[in-house]
Order: sequence, then structure tokens, then C-alpha cells
Amino acid sequence: MFDVLLARWKQGHRTMRYPAGPPPELPERFAGRPVIDAARCPSDCGQCVAACPTGAIGLIQGERGVQLDMGRCLFCRACETSCGAGTIAFSRDYRLAATRREDLIVRDTVRQAAITLDAASRRLFGHSLKLRQVSAGGCNACEADTNVLGTVAWDLGRFGIQFVASPRHADGLLITGPVTKNMRTAVEKTYQAVPWPKLVIAVGACAIAGGPYIGHAEVHDGAASLLPVDLFVPGCPPHPLTILEGLLALLGRR
Amino acid sequence: MSTVRTLTVYNGRAFRLADCPLLGADEFRQEVIEGIAAGARPAAFFAYPQPSGACTPHAPRGDCGMRLFAALARAKTGDLAVVSADVGREYAAITPECPQVHLFEREIFEQWNIRPIGHPWLKPVRSPMRGKGDSPHLCEAPSGPFRQMGTVPFSTPEATEFFQMSGEEVHEVAVGPVHAGIIEPGHFRFQCHGETVYHLEIALGYQHRGVERAMRSGPGPRSIHYAETLAGDTTAAHAAAYCRAIEALSATRVTARGQFLRGIALELERVANHIGDLGALAGDVGFLPTLSYCGRIRGDVLNMTAQLCGNRFGRGLLRPGGVALDIEARVVEQLRQRVDTVARDARSAVELLWNVPTVMARFDGVGIVPPETCEQLGLVGVAARACGMPCDVRHDFPYGLYRFTHIPVSTWHTGDVFARAYVRWLEVQRSLAFIAEQLDGLPAGPVIEPRIKGDSPHLPERPGGCCAQMGTVPFYSPLAAQQAVVALIEGWRGEICHVALTGPDGRFAAYKVVDPSFHNWSGLAFALRDQQVSDFPLCNKSFNLSYCGHDL
Repeated sequence: MFDVLLARWKQGHRTMRYPAGPPPELPERFAGRPVIDAARCPSDCGQCVAACPTGAIGLIQGERGVQLDMGRCLFCRACETSCGAGTIAFSRDYRLAATRREDLIVRDTVRQAAITLDAASRRLFGHSLKLRQVSAGGCNACEADTNVLGTVAWDLGRFGIQFVASPRHADGLLITGPVTKNMRTAVEKTYQAVPWPKLVIAVGACAIAGGPYIGHAEVHDGAASLLPVDLFVPGCPPHPLTILEGLLALLGRR
Repeated sequence: MSTVRTLTVYNGRAFRLADCPLLGADEFRQEVIEGIAAGARPAAFFAYPQPSGACTPHAPRGDCGMRLFAALARAKTGDLAVVSADVGREYAAITPECPQVHLFEREIFEQWNIRPIGHPWLKPVRSPMRGKGDSPHLCEAPSGPFRQMGTVPFSTPEATEFFQMSGEEVHEVAVGPVHAGIIEPGHFRFQCHGETVYHLEIALGYQHRGVERAMRSGPGPRSIHYAETLAGDTTAAHAAAYCRAIEALSATRVTARGQFLRGIALELERVANHIGDLGALAGDVGFLPTLSYCGRIRGDVLNMTAQLCGNRFGRGLLRPGGVALDIEARVVEQLRQRVDTVARDARSAVELLWNVPTVMARFDGVGIVPPETCEQLGLVGVAARACGMPCDVRHDFPYGLYRFTHIPVSTWHTGDVFARAYVRWLEVQRSLAFIAEQLDGLPAGPVIEPRIKGDSPHLPERPGGCCAQMGTVPFYSPLAAQQAVVALIEGWRGEICHVALTGPDGRFAAYKVVDPSFHNWSGLAFALRDQQVSDFPLCNKSFNLSYCGHDL
């Protein structure tokens, strides 16, 4: 008993003050929101397009510069490295989530879109959101960093957000993985088991667009191909802070 | 004892495919059985299309055009025996003699429709979907006792036949694929009498995303990303296995500093996962202090990995020739201090477990795997070391940094949940000491081989400064033709085996990934025998196996 109390004293209080206080420190090399400077882009170069393993970068017809789809992006920096002109740079901005798929596409001129949820849903879910997590074919990294939100350092429960054991108890699904063909039935049944009104949150490159497995015959290239998605959280995997910020923004709690 | 008809090869060293003995299916079978009887363990056993490439899996019986390949790891001598055989539509199963290969043979049947005659339980491994136009490498539906296999285009892994028990008051419990926590999908079928489990069968395949199939068409821009996501919590170890395969096939040297940073990344991965597991084990028996502290400490270790490369799982760090990113002296100093902090915090959190009677009552004697079962199933890693088997790739087949700096093999003899927890704690302490030692002795120099042989255009210029060195180093140039390599790595769960074979064009003719979970899932099934159903979560967590690493 004394050992337990002593350990408790040694370990101290660890829950972060975010969002009331500053966010936890991100690593120096953290790859966050990409920034595109079209003025630097040498036209018809295409190095970044060729370097991207998932086809996240596209040239814009009739315009200078490129666009980068954060939904497909693995944040591997291959484009940044391949570009000699410095057109693409990954910032340390961790706020990546969006409610509309098209808002994940980063261009020079496009500014970050606001995350929106209708007033009725915010009133319903804003102070109590119970989620059923469904892992559907990824690599378990998104699951691991979603799990982290339950640890004492993040303490997701203080926002009224909780992962529950049954879809019947849930207000929505948090889906990770590209949704394999083998998981399709399970995902659909779980969605049907959640009572209305319900949310779907797609976490990670796989759940948004298929991730590294995009185009494989064995997968569905993301949750949105089967279900209506209310929040997309990009990353491979997203940092826990990115996931938390997305959830809080969705509920208007940020 | 017959004359030796296998080729002796070494971990991570390339050999010519022409040197690999090509036997008849019966001789091949004999060699594998004798090798395993002499103490070897099957590290990999798979089939691939014959180099002539004339035949398809749809070819008629006896004219299949497939080749079997086996790599047997011999810990006593620190080498591997490889052997291959041309095979028709069927061959005599090895499983009745050597249960270690039971899942390999099921996999060969599922992937290529080569039937191991006499296999006692020839059912799907991953139930890959066979819709029209899907997965063209898959064969037509076989017939047999498992009628669902392949015949129903959209059946799922649980829609197959399970071993069943009958009798009064016997009942069956089915769990999954969607579980109660944030866990990967799998289906578990328990045969019970009262609360006692007589048999557990595990049906997987829900995470099957075709990643191994896709790797066969490499190397290409996505190959390293596939390797890093074979099992996301084992990013560094799987990337290391892939890199070592590429390095062997392209005669690439890894720089000294690169080796050190790889070693540090691999051990950080082990420490993070083991600490997380110890916390989760505490949570499964309702001891919340250790659960709470370990969850946080695990995050601290992941953040150390993120200091190396920006990603908490080590994505983008390991690349053929070394590591993609260097660290400054300032970061080395920070990491060094953090190692001490983690060691202190982890000790205070974990050692509580061994002194709390309520925890020990649930850990002791639960989920026992006897050493004989461990050997017969060919278990690896923590699960095997917890049965007293001193098997550790770092010790038995040393590679990279472990050739110069040794980590003691951690074992415990009881084979129960306690043993699997305690081995993890021993390894955490030894890995932290190892990391501290490497950080203190980090050699100077480049972190990646500056000129990868035969790969001129792909290495970007690296001006000084750490930020300028961020990024990835793609590697898609042709490899040495018609060679092969077996790369073994001790991941945090156990032995990871990648086998790469190249064709005449210097591309992969075959690429096989064996995650430790592939060997160890059967161990969990046996650990549950004669246990209570309610002990399943605890036993499951004590193994903590990968679904995605198995399903590929």
C-alpha cells in the first residue's frame, strides 16, 4: 500500500492543460500541414508528382504550382525532398482535420477551412460524445494513437468524449484503416447498429483514401466509399494532438 | 541420416538462387522434417511461381509451375538452411510430422492452390476475397471439407467451419471481429463447458489488405511504406528487415552511425511497446496505477522516436544504406537524459506489479504454455522466452549493431502470464541500458551510405544542417539478378523474417514476410486450454499479437 502511494507521489500530475493551456510540445521534425508556395514552382517539373508514393500531388491545369491532397498524404516528405525549388514545405501546424473531403486539398491560395457541424448536432453531442472505434484494415498505428487519447496525459474523458464497447451505446463511429473487403460487412453492420443521429469520423490516410494501400483490390480505399463521413483526420498516423483538435473543433469545444 | 541437400546461408547475406538446392517434393519434405527434428525452426516456408513463368495457378493438376522454398533457422550454429523444390498441384503435407509449419501449408494452399495432402486442418488463413477481377494472383476455388473457402465470393473469415465439441452443456462462444476496445479485428471461437475453455480457434484475415502481394511487384516507390506499415507498431523492425534485404541484394554498406541509430530506434520501439503492454496487463486485472503510469511513459518513449524522425512510430527513419536523418549533439544529450527519466519512471510504475497480491494472483499460473508445446508450435520472441526457450535473433543470428554490442537474452521458465510480463520488464531494462550505451558511444560520420551502388539519380544532395537532411531516400534501382536473401530481425514481438528473391530483371520474383504473430497466434490458442473464458483478455494481452502483421 505504501509503495502504491509512493509511486503515485513520484509520478505526479500529468494531464495536459490543452486546450485551456498550450498544446503539448511537438517534435522538431513533426510533419504537419503542408504549405505550398506556387511562386517558387518551376512549371512542368513534375518531380514531386513522381516522388509521391500515393499520388497525393497533382499539377493544376492552366495554373502555376501544385496541389496536395492531405487525405492521401503519408507525410513522408518525399515531395519536399524532391523539390529543388522549395515549393512544398511541411509546417508544424498540427491542425489538419476537416469536415469536407475537398477541404483537405492544399493549394497556394486556399486557406484552412473551418470545421463545421450543424447546431442541432453540436447541441446533442457537444458535451457528450460516445464513439465506437472500428479498426478496418490499417496497420494499427492509428488505433495506437487513438488509444493514447485515453491515457492520463490526454484524458479524453474530461471533454465528455469516450470510447464505448457497443455500437448501441455510441453516437458515432471512429473508423481507421482503408476498410478491407473482409471488414466491409462488419463496418456496415456496426454502422447500422448505431442509433440515429450518428457521426462517422475517419482517422488516418487509410480511412480517408486508402493510405499506402490505395488502389489495392483487397480494400475499399477508405470509409467514405461506404459511409457518409463527418470528419476527416489526415496523417499516417495522425498525431494524437491532431485527432484531439479535430474532435474538439467538430464539437465546437476548441 | 541422408547426405545434406540444403544450402547453408547467413542472416542478411545474399546468395545465388542457382546455389539453392532444387529437390523433388518428397526429398524437400524429408529435408524439412529432418532439419526441424535436428533442432531447426521454420523461419519461412512459401511457394512462388517458377522463374520460367509459363504456368498459372489455373494450370491443370501436375503442371502447376510452382516452386516451394523453405528457410530453416538453426540457432545452435547461427545459420539458416535453405532448400527449394518444384511442386505440382499437391504434395504430401509436412504438418503431421512438424506442426510448426501448419499455418505455412495452409497459406500455400490458400495463395496458390497447392494442396498439402494429409494436412489435418486445411482451412483459410486470411480468406482473401475472390470477387470477379479481384486479386488476379489467387487461384480457383478448391474443394474439400471447408466448402466456403473460395466458393462464396464474399464470405468473411468467420464464415468457415470451426473445430466443434459436442456433449451435454457444451456451448460455443463467438467473439469479434469488432471488439469492445480500440483493437484490431479478429474472430475468436471458444468451445466451452461451463466456464472452462476446451479449445479456442482464431479466425483472422480482416486486416488483409494485400500488402505482401503488392511488395512482390517491387522494389518501387511504395515498397518502404509497405514495409513500414506491415505492422504499424513494429515500423522500425519491419523497415529494418526490408532495408537489410535491399542492402544484401545491392551490396550496400550501412554506415557506422547509421547502424547505431537503427539499433537505438529498434530498442526504443521495443521499450515503448513493452511498457504499453505491461500497463495494459495491469489494466486487464484492474490494477489502475500501473495502467495509468505506463500509458503515459509509453508516450514519452514514442516521443523519443519522434525526436529522431518526427514520427512517433519511426516512419521515414530507416532507409537502405542507413537512416534518412541525422541527429545533432544537442538531441543526443536530450535523449540521453530522457532514457534515465524513463528508466526511473518505469521502475516505479512496473515494479508495483510484482508486490501486489491481487495482481500476482491473476498473473501466476494463468495461460500456461508448456515448453514442449512452445517447441512444437515454433513460437518465437517474448512468448517463447517466457517458456524458458532462449531464442532471440539478436543473440542467435546477430545483425547490425548486435554483432558488436550484445544484449542478454531474457527468459523466464513458467510459461504463464507472469512470465510473459516479467520477460518484458527484463527486456525493457536491458534495452534502456543498451540505448544509453549507444547514445554515449555514437560514432561520427554520415548516417547513410553516400553512394548506393548502381543508384545514381535517387540520392538527393544533402547540404549541412539537420533540417536540410529531412526526407526520404527512395530506392528503386535494379538489384542483383537471380539472388536471394533471408533477413531476420528481432522485433519487439519476436522473429521477423523477410525473404526476397530476385528475377533476371533485378526485381522481386518473390517477397515473403513472416511476422512473429504468424507463429504465435497458435500459442495463444493453446494457452487458453483449460482456462476460464474470462481469462481470455488477460491471456490475449500477455501475447499482444499483431492482426495486421498476420493478415498482411
